[in-house]
Amino acid sequence: MTDQLTPSEVEPEPPEGSFFGDLTGSGRIDWRSNVLIPALAILSALIVGALIIALGDLDTLRLWRSSPGDALGVTVETVADAYGALFKGALGSVNAISETLTRAAPLILAGLAVAVGFQAGLFNIGANGQMLIGGMFALVIGFQFDLPIILHLPIAIIAAFIGGALWGAIPGYLRAKTGAHEVITTIMLNFVALRLVDYWLTIPFFQLEGRTDPVSKSVLESARYPELIAFINPRYRVHLGIVIAVLVAVGVWWLLFRSTIGFEFRAVGANPDGAKYAGMNVVLLYVAVMATAGGLAGLAGGDQVLGTLGRGTPGFVGVIGFDAIALALLGRSHPYGVVAAGLLFGGLSAGGQAMQATTDVGIDIVQVIQALIIVFIAAPALIKAIYRVRAEAESTQVSQGWAT
Amino acid sequence: MKLELKGITKRFPGVVANDHVDLEIETGEILCLLGENGAGKSTLMNILYGLYSADEGEILIDGEVQHFAGPGDAIAAGIGMVHQHFMLVPVFTVAENVVLGVEPTTTGGVLDINEAREDVRQISNQYNLAVDPDAVIEDLPVGIQQRVEIIKVLFRDAEILVFDEPTAVLTPQEVDEFFKIIDKLKDDGKGIIFITHKLKEVLEVADRIAVLRRGAVVGSADPATATESGLAEMMVGRPVDLKVDKSEADPKDVVLSVKNLTVTNLFGGTAVDDVSFEVRRNEIVGIAGVQGNGQTELVEALTGLREIAAGTVIIKGEDHTNSTPRQIHDSGVAHVPEDRQRSGLVLGFSLTENFVLDSYYQKPFSDGIKMDWKRSRSEAERLIEEFDVRTPSSEIPASNLSGGNQQKVIVAREFGRQVDLVIASQPTRGIDVGSIEFIHERIIEERDAGAAVLIVSTELDEVMALSDRILVMFDGKVVAETKPSETTNTELGLYMAGAS
Amino acid sequence: MTATLTQHAEGVRSPAEIRRSRVLAIVYLVLAVLVLVAFGFGSEGSATFVLSRPGDAIQVGSPTIPGSGLAFVVSAVLAFLGARQWMAGFGSRTNLVLAIGLGLVAFSFLAWAADGASFSLVGLLQEAMKRAVPITFGAVSGLLCERTGIINIGIEGMLLAGAFTGAIVGSTLGAAAGMIGAALVGGLLAVLLAVLTVKYRVDQIIAGVVINIFVLGLTSFYTSQFLVENPALNNAPIMRAFGIPILSDIPLIGPVLFDQNIFVYGMYVLVGVTSFALFRTKWGLRTRAVGEKPRAADTVGIHVFRMKYLNVIMGGLVAGFGGAYFTIGSVGRFDENMTAGRGFIGLAAMIFGRWHPVGAISAALVFGLADSLQVKLGILDTPIPSEFLAMAPYLVTIVVVAGLVGRSRPPSDYTAYVKE
Repeated sequence: MTDQLTPSEVEPEPPEGSFFGDLTGSGRIDWRSNVLIPALAILSALIVGALIIALGDLDTLRLWRSSPGDALGVTVETVADAYGALFKGALGSVNAISETLTRAAPLILAGLAVAVGFQAGLFNIGANGQMLIGGMFALVIGFQFDLPIILHLPIAIIAAFIGGALWGAIPGYLRAKTGAHEVITTIMLNFVALRLVDYWLTIPFFQLEGRTDPVSKSVLESARYPELIAFINPRYRVHLGIVIAVLVAVGVWWLLFRSTIGFEFRAVGANPDGAKYAGMNVVLLYVAVMATAGGLAGLAGGDQVLGTLGRGTPGFVGVIGFDAIALALLGRSHPYGVVAAGLLFGGLSAGGQAMQATTDVGIDIVQVIQALIIVFIAAPALIKAIYRVRAEAESTQVSQGWAT
Repeated sequence: MKLELKGITKRFPGVVANDHVDLEIETGEILCLLGENGAGKSTLMNILYGLYSADEGEILIDGEVQHFAGPGDAIAAGIGMVHQHFMLVPVFTVAENVVLGVEPTTTGGVLDINEAREDVRQISNQYNLAVDPDAVIEDLPVGIQQRVEIIKVLFRDAEILVFDEPTAVLTPQEVDEFFKIIDKLKDDGKGIIFITHKLKEVLEVADRIAVLRRGAVVGSADPATATESGLAEMMVGRPVDLKVDKSEADPKDVVLSVKNLTVTNLFGGTAVDDVSFEVRRNEIVGIAGVQGNGQTELVEALTGLREIAAGTVIIKGEDHTNSTPRQIHDSGVAHVPEDRQRSGLVLGFSLTENFVLDSYYQKPFSDGIKMDWKRSRSEAERLIEEFDVRTPSSEIPASNLSGGNQQKVIVAREFGRQVDLVIASQPTRGIDVGSIEFIHERIIEERDAGAAVLIVSTELDEVMALSDRILVMFDGKVVAETKPSETTNTELGLYMAGAS
Repeated sequence: MTATLTQHAEGVRSPAEIRRSRVLAIVYLVLAVLVLVAFGFGSEGSATFVLSRPGDAIQVGSPTIPGSGLAFVVSAVLAFLGARQWMAGFGSRTNLVLAIGLGLVAFSFLAWAADGASFSLVGLLQEAMKRAVPITFGAVSGLLCERTGIINIGIEGMLLAGAFTGAIVGSTLGAAAGMIGAALVGGLLAVLLAVLTVKYRVDQIIAGVVINIFVLGLTSFYTSQFLVENPALNNAPIMRAFGIPILSDIPLIGPVLFDQNIFVYGMYVLVGVTSFALFRTKWGLRTRAVGEKPRAADTVGIHVFRMKYLNVIMGGLVAGFGGAYFTIGSVGRFDENMTAGRGFIGLAAMIFGRWHPVGAISAALVFGLADSLQVKLGILDTPIPSEFLAMAPYLVTIVVVAGLVGRSRPPSDYTAYVKE
């Protein structure tokens, strides 16, 4: 018999493992929980999404009563058309791929912002606000200064990072010093940032001359992300952003798993008491984690302003910060997982746009599918039960209640 | 009433916790179930109480097979349990705790708290328990909390009462009181199952003794004829030396000097009250006391984890009052924390990561920026070897190890480098005898190598065995200082209860 | 870790306590200066506060208050409070004193904003009462869940789903059906939350966030999919205010408290019933036991999981019903993301109210006031940009959560309960 204790002799609390234990340590890969389960989660989400599409079609719903056969045919056709358009819009042409990559870039960066938080036990729902502030910082550098591109672009990117980092550091500080839960404070700061941007866009410093609607001045060409394949066809929008996003993901991987500060991030995430005992400065770490996360989100905002849009508009980041939560979970909070999930979500977004343009199904369904993906991902037991997959039982625990 | 367990078997992944256990008890007797930590006692009792279901075997009452789907069924069948960690809601009153689950109500489910109060008072008087029904649990000392648990069980008309390690938290005097209570319960016709790993107590109260080792009943004994060493051998499976071997202390220069230390707790109360003492090289100082008398806060203050309100802490001649945990670590202090799972380890981390947990920022584990995982791993493997940590590899998460091996990981990390001061809090709580012996030996080796050692333990026997000098804490103050050769458990018990 | 029980009476304040006291004292002093400079020297005339509506049975006069004079007084009081806080602190009355101090600042602010004009105080308070409704329902939903050990971050989504369902069902089957439907949809989402957190032990925060995102996506999708084309489906009847005889004739209090619609009265009932049930009934005792120490409840035969399911679902019903306020109780039509964070503000109110229904409604009124201020001040001509007024409820939430969470002990063990 082994020397192990029975569960009853171990203290009753479940171990506070790190968020997704199997990937955070030294890189052990369990293909079941890291590939198979996410794949099945996506499949399940698409199936439920199809049902939701079917329910949203009122005319066909009426048809069910008179002629179920036809109704079934129409429903299948609607769903097939929608998903077909979605797929085509994501991967069906060079332009589709260009769109997918363009949309993936900020998603990856914002996803990293959430993932870094998860690794350190913090739930950063504030990516949207951090993106807005980071984007505005980049915007100011982008239109206010006239520098050679070799200086202008890097400075603008750094400004985006700093803006996001400052906005992110606030909830980190509040959490560490007062115990205010970051979920509430980051959400509230999202609303505050949104209003702040609305206000900024109406003052002369930001507003485009001669306009009464809230649109900012344009970023100078020297601070714009160069487009990558516009020489083939100027319609292809994909720009340097995707390259930067992937490079940043590699950097985040190094930071988390190879550096001392990453070790501290993960330790404070897995066991804050243990981190404190080990001499780590938990207050400083919470601030550092949230500032890093905020900075990454700021880069995502910068990607929008310096890359895709070239200027600021009200709420110019849309719901990227919320999609980022789903994709961080899908990517199991691992930087490379986030890249993969970001590409998928970029595809969903680009495809969703095309779907909305060519069929009767609106793009909001993409957000529903993403939420469904998290439901299935967050409860691996659910997927295991549905598909009878055998894998290590695990539960996701990042939060420990309100107290610090 | 007669209770029988027949062929009870329970398996957990990788371990057989109970292996065809047979036991029986009748009302009016005290059965002692003896076994060391991890022997499967608690698992067995949880099966009896309906918290686990057995893989094999059956429970019979007066010859009838019982099926317990939950504690409710066991309670209805007349079984009551006083758990090692009390199952009381800290913010509720005594009366509320006692009636929880079987509440007296008036119309519409409205609580009839007066009736509950009256019932508590009546049981309390019958057994001389002196418990106030309106007291809030978290304000009560552990000894009284245990009586609340007893009232709770009696309120449910239990015939067989199970006590899981009931004496672990009590002073020697409280233990005596407790024995009187269970004797009275026996005389009233209750059956008692008394689970413990303490040999002396078994001989004192048992009518019959059953010994559990590695999940199986390995023998029984008659308390009239059994000896402590005989029971110990049966419990561990080999002859056990009950004494810790150590030479006479030869204290040298002062390493830790604490002067007028005052520490407040979270709610603004005084946890440590004007405490002064010294610890010298080549000396082990033990702090005894009932849990919750300021030991936790004292250790946290000494190791930089809690702010000091007044007084000074001097380590090796340098002022370390309110230094950070890292400054104290770097000045050559090893700290074995009270709760290994809460603060000593990061359970989700690999052993390698846990071994470098408090020195990762230094060479050879890193250059301050980049971790050297290769070097960390070879160091981890060296410590695993040297400290006899039973693990398949250095890369599995710490959560996969047994309590004893987890504790060895912490001890290895803390003692694996040159230290001048060892602060160890509850160094052997809840672990097996083999690991206890090993850790005790390492602590004495540290002393003999020239370290000053401060041990905090609520296990009086441990303090008596290891210490060269003993301080007793009560209500935040050091109320006595003595030596093991000059005192007895009884005398220490009086100090622990506040006599001075 | 067992905290030491000994509580030595007055005298020693912990270093952290003293620091917090100092920080708070500085806040008072900063506010004192702010009030003095901004409102004291910034006001020229007087503000008239209207306390009755034209149609009220009993009319009370409308006091006129000079803005600068009031500001000087308020500033002096704040300075005194700050000094007292620095020297000795207010002990257990700290929160109360802070609330009074902030109330004075708000009053002074109003006098400054309404400088030279008249301002309907009764209208402001009436609006505050209404706006407290979804926040109170959210807070009570949250505390029903939390008292039983489940954090419900999904309140926002439940409110939004309630609003959406209320609009559609209310438009097609009538207001009563709309309210019932809204509650049921909230309950359904709560089932999802309970299954995820209790059965599958999904992190409670993740589960709640999932619900929020899911509902936001779903309601937005269906809004654009068919509500836009079928406006008849998005035109629910609006519940009108009705006065309670006699009570509604009391000056000031009457119109504010007793001339409201069914949702406001429902809020009173909800708070009364949950307060009584939580602290006086068998169900309440068991609920709190399950939240505080589930294993203790389990060992006396209480079905921990069953209690959690029951209470979370009740919480969902409450939040869903509260969500219907946004449509049936207020404007009648559903707009995308119309709850705008009220669910989270409800959580803050729950914490501010220390997990007690009466505390929750009191806190919700503070938020309701902040909320209604921005609406009513929009009418007055203040130099503050409207965007900043719109930020007020969110900023107040941050301040409340930051100021209080660390010091109030939540009533629950939030870790997923694992039955042995």
